[in-house]
Amino acid sequence: MPYPNDFRYTDEHEWIKVSGDTGTVGITDYAQHELGDVVFVELPKVGAKISAHQSFGTVESVKAVSEIYAPVSGEVVAVNSALANSPEQLNSDPHGAAWLIKVKLSNPGELSSLMDAAAYQKYIAEKQKEASA
Amino acid sequence: MVSFGGWDMPVEYPATGGLIAEHLAVRTGVGLFDVSHMGDILIEAAAPGGALAAVQHISMNDASKLAVGQAHYSALLYPEGTFVDDLIVHRVLEEAYLLVINAGTREKDFHWVRDNVRGDACTARDVGDNFTQLAIQGPRAAEVLAKLTDADLGGIRNYWFTRGTVCGLADTLIARTGYTGEDGFEIYVPSDAQTSEMVWSRVLEAGKEFGILPCGLGARNTLRLESKMALYGHEISESINVWEAGLDRFCKMDKSDFIGRAALDRSKAAGLRRTLVGLEMVERGIARDGYKVFDQAGREIGYVTSGSPAPFLKKNIALAYVPPEHAAIGSALLVEVRTQKLKAQVVPTPFYKRPKK
Repeated sequence: MPYPNDFRYTDEHEWIKVSGDTGTVGITDYAQHELGDVVFVELPKVGAKISAHQSFGTVESVKAVSEIYAPVSGEVVAVNSALANSPEQLNSDPHGAAWLIKVKLSNPGELSSLMDAAAYQKYIAEKQKEASA
Repeated sequence: MVSFGGWDMPVEYPATGGLIAEHLAVRTGVGLFDVSHMGDILIEAAAPGGALAAVQHISMNDASKLAVGQAHYSALLYPEGTFVDDLIVHRVLEEAYLLVINAGTREKDFHWVRDNVRGDACTARDVGDNFTQLAIQGPRAAEVLAKLTDADLGGIRNYWFTRGTVCGLADTLIARTGYTGEDGFEIYVPSDAQTSEMVWSRVLEAGKEFGILPCGLGARNTLRLESKMALYGHEISESINVWEAGLDRFCKMDKSDFIGRAALDRSKAAGLRRTLVGLEMVERGIARDGYKVFDQAGREIGYVTSGSPAPFLKKNIALAYVPPEHAAIGSALLVEVRTQKLKAQVVPTPFYKRPKK
């Protein structure tokens, strides 16, 4: 699955796509693959404040619970409520239909610390090399 | 890959579609597991009766009831009546027993067995490295294996075994056992890589028409949990006794003396402090291993030993230790999932029981 060039990526495997002062946040294809079959997603409510690098929700597969970390700080302005009934979308379309939340950025400067697509792909290639070593 | 008792094992296989697909293959068709990590201890008599005396002394079930070719579930106990490990005892010859034990406890088990059979006229050998153990599990398992063996599989009853030629390998042990709650077989073939790979690929080839999938540790765990089969370190451990674990029917107090019996006698008289129950989550949320259990008044009363979504039942289930007064079917309890206490209910177990043919 391609890693879009207009996304920014965290080292905890979240992505954010910014348009104006709002960012859409999700987990990467690498993350869903590591998790396996996703069966449960817990997300904040609209209006909640989130902080960069802090957990704002959880994604659960059959075998594990995984925290999701905020790529930036801000206020949650939308939540993908469709995931409550079809969490498996996180496996099939993690970079598209299975976005998690939209957040109004309080500090757009935080974006500069995130990876671009090329850097992220290099990062996960290293991870995969470690795992098979 | 995860490290499990010193073995590198896949949680799921890359090409199968994942853990849920593997789990469902076993419930509705057939799946193949590499369970070579299981340990094997062979106890042979050095003088008549020596092997049986040893097995009777170290395990809680009554091995004198086993015919040659028969197996049963049992456990090795500490003098306190708690678990060294659980195991399957196979009577392979008149005077020889094969104990199949867990990977994580292999060394501990072997030392424990060796040290505790010293007074008996027998030898105990760790033969785990000799075998590759493959489990073919599911309602179509017999049809798959039948294509690869001359053995009369229909003649092997549940928890019995025979020897036959499998994939050209003469005298292969074929047992109607497993850890999935389904019908199925476990076969023990020579452990060299070439032979193991040959059998593995031939089973997958033979199972193709039935949609066979290779299955990893993830599905092995969810399948055994749906069927309420104990996992060492979870439902049973060195601090949990036989009565608490609800394994009474495999513990024969009326046979000759065995390690742990005196303590079990005493604890039976003292009554149960906790017991293993099945839980089903009522509110949305998944109970996981180690989560705390509360009564409706908010008092902490126990903990989850194993919890997971159940892929076939499509429910979130768990096994938990709670005091007996909270163990009745239908009891309403709470499980702490991160910051929330979510409603759960005590339900009958096993959660899943395979349909009778």
